[in-house]
Amino acid sequence: MLAPVAALRRQRRQPATRATRHRDRVRASEQIAGWSFVTPGVVIIMLFGIVPIVWSAVMSFQQNNLLTGNTPFVGVSNYRQMVHDPIVAQAISNTLVYTALFVPGTMLVGLFLAVAMNRQIRFISVYRTAAYATMAISTISEALVFIWLFDPSYGIVNYLFSLVGIGQQPFLNSTSEALYVIIIMTIWGWTGFAVVIYLAALQGIPKTLLEAAAIDGAGRWATFRRVTLPLLSPASLFLLVWLTINALQLFDEVYLSTAGGPLNSTSVLVYYLYEQAFTNFNFGYASAIAYFLFVVIIIVTAVQFWGGRRFVHYRS
Amino acid sequence: MSAPAIPIPAAAARKRRRRLPFSPWHLVLIPATLVLIFPFAWLLITSVETSSEALRFPPLLTPHHLEFSNYPQALQGAPFGRFFINSAVVAVTVVIGNLVLCSLAGYAFARYRFLGRGLLFALIMATLMVPFQVTMIPQFIITKWLGVHLLAGVGINHIGALILPNAATAFGVFFLRQFFRTLPIEYEEAARVDGASRLKVLWRIVLPLSGPALSTLAALTFLDSWNNFLWPLIAITSTNNMTLPLGLATFQGAHSTEWPLLMAGNVMSLAPMMVIFFVAQRYFVRSVAATGIAGA
Repeated sequence: MLAPVAALRRQRRQPATRATRHRDRVRASEQIAGWSFVTPGVVIIMLFGIVPIVWSAVMSFQQNNLLTGNTPFVGVSNYRQMVHDPIVAQAISNTLVYTALFVPGTMLVGLFLAVAMNRQIRFISVYRTAAYATMAISTISEALVFIWLFDPSYGIVNYLFSLVGIGQQPFLNSTSEALYVIIIMTIWGWTGFAVVIYLAALQGIPKTLLEAAAIDGAGRWATFRRVTLPLLSPASLFLLVWLTINALQLFDEVYLSTAGGPLNSTSVLVYYLYEQAFTNFNFGYASAIAYFLFVVIIIVTAVQFWGGRRFVHYRS
Repeated sequence: MSAPAIPIPAAAARKRRRRLPFSPWHLVLIPATLVLIFPFAWLLITSVETSSEALRFPPLLTPHHLEFSNYPQALQGAPFGRFFINSAVVAVTVVIGNLVLCSLAGYAFARYRFLGRGLLFALIMATLMVPFQVTMIPQFIITKWLGVHLLAGVGINHIGALILPNAATAFGVFFLRQFFRTLPIEYEEAARVDGASRLKVLWRIVLPLSGPALSTLAALTFLDSWNNFLWPLIAITSTNNMTLPLGLATFQGAHSTEWPLLMAGNVMSLAPMMVIFFVAQRYFVRSVAATGIAGA
């Protein structure tokens, strides 16, 4: 089917025989078929994917404010404004703190539960379903429940705190606590996902390897540390990258629970970008922030893959 | 088969000596499960309390009687039925769009040689890396333009605006192309020799062999579409065209401290997805696990 290029060239130089005419017709019909099959999908992806990528790059160098109408080029002034914007600095720091706690938190919870659930005991499907259920809940439903759980005046969490002698906490109303409440709610929301990924990886580990370790006299902890954990490393790297990409794009929970407050203590990059774009209609400035986020995501992902290579063990 | 003559390892011996009547892992899993389902339970309990019961400290752990009137009251405050229909129409159409358009494109990229194939595929792959925030502003402008100049149904504030931009995704094209390339090409060649058209080969030979890939794409697309919030937030303003997450967020804005009412609305918003998820649990779990295996 896939003839080498040289052979194709040779064919073309030959006088047209019945066979080559047939082959040309096949190739022409393949051109037509190829283009007609890809066109509907590609038009949509072009229009809503590729064109916007270029367009927002251009916009990030314009002063594009929907309210004024005209869009003069202003060089790098949007990017310069970003460097001097104290809220951007705050948003970057909030995003980093959030990511640094949310990602390992979710991975540890997921790993712990998946290990606990990786056995055939009674009610195991009930336990697993409880974890999976967090995958079905939307970020908005999740945030709404957690606002209520963490309500400063009437929330059940403050009641549980009072039972163990901790005083009432302001939670989402506090500049020092709000981000941590958002971390807790998103870890809960992603638990099901992490459990599914780790459980699938655990079930892919051949029993013979674990038995071999036991025969060699390795205890349970040693087997876990030296056999299971290295074999889970591809799943861990996937979760690390995937959760980080999502963490850097945190928006929904912030929008619903704090709207970036109090005093910008939960303003993350995407939330600030959204505000600039669709509250203030500063499309140019918002595009610059979006491109900054894009570059951060690419760098972080590349570093994780590059660094991950040393720690990831692939079974052949 | 006789047991091999090896000494019983210490770990196994220990295990044999102290055996509980149940697995000790229950002692871990029961509290963990309680923590995981507690938000759901508290949500249900609050949704049947009266507002004076909800606004008490210490909180009332079991309501005195079940106040179901919160549900009709929430329905009066916001059309959750309408939100559900919008969510369902958008999700189902987006799933069908992806299955059809990504199958066609993915198959052509996998099997046909045509001018510009490499460049086109590289462009599509490039969009996979780009976060939605980069494209959302131009997408908003383009959608607005389309609505004004081409077809109102796909413009801002119509549910078509939630469908069209997602009706074919780079991920779907890439995912199906990778899968189609793993299929043996001989069946397709044989069918072509027997005179089947290219569409017929795709429809009758390739797609029936692609059940797992298609169902994975369908499940992931469905979940994504159902829970999407940021794009509907930008694209939809009138209540009648809102999807469930956006409708719920708007409802919360209007009733910020009426907790039983909010929780009743929340129950109605998440119940349909919960039911779908439990019915097709295996299928969703397999699909999500597949992303991990593909990625890892």
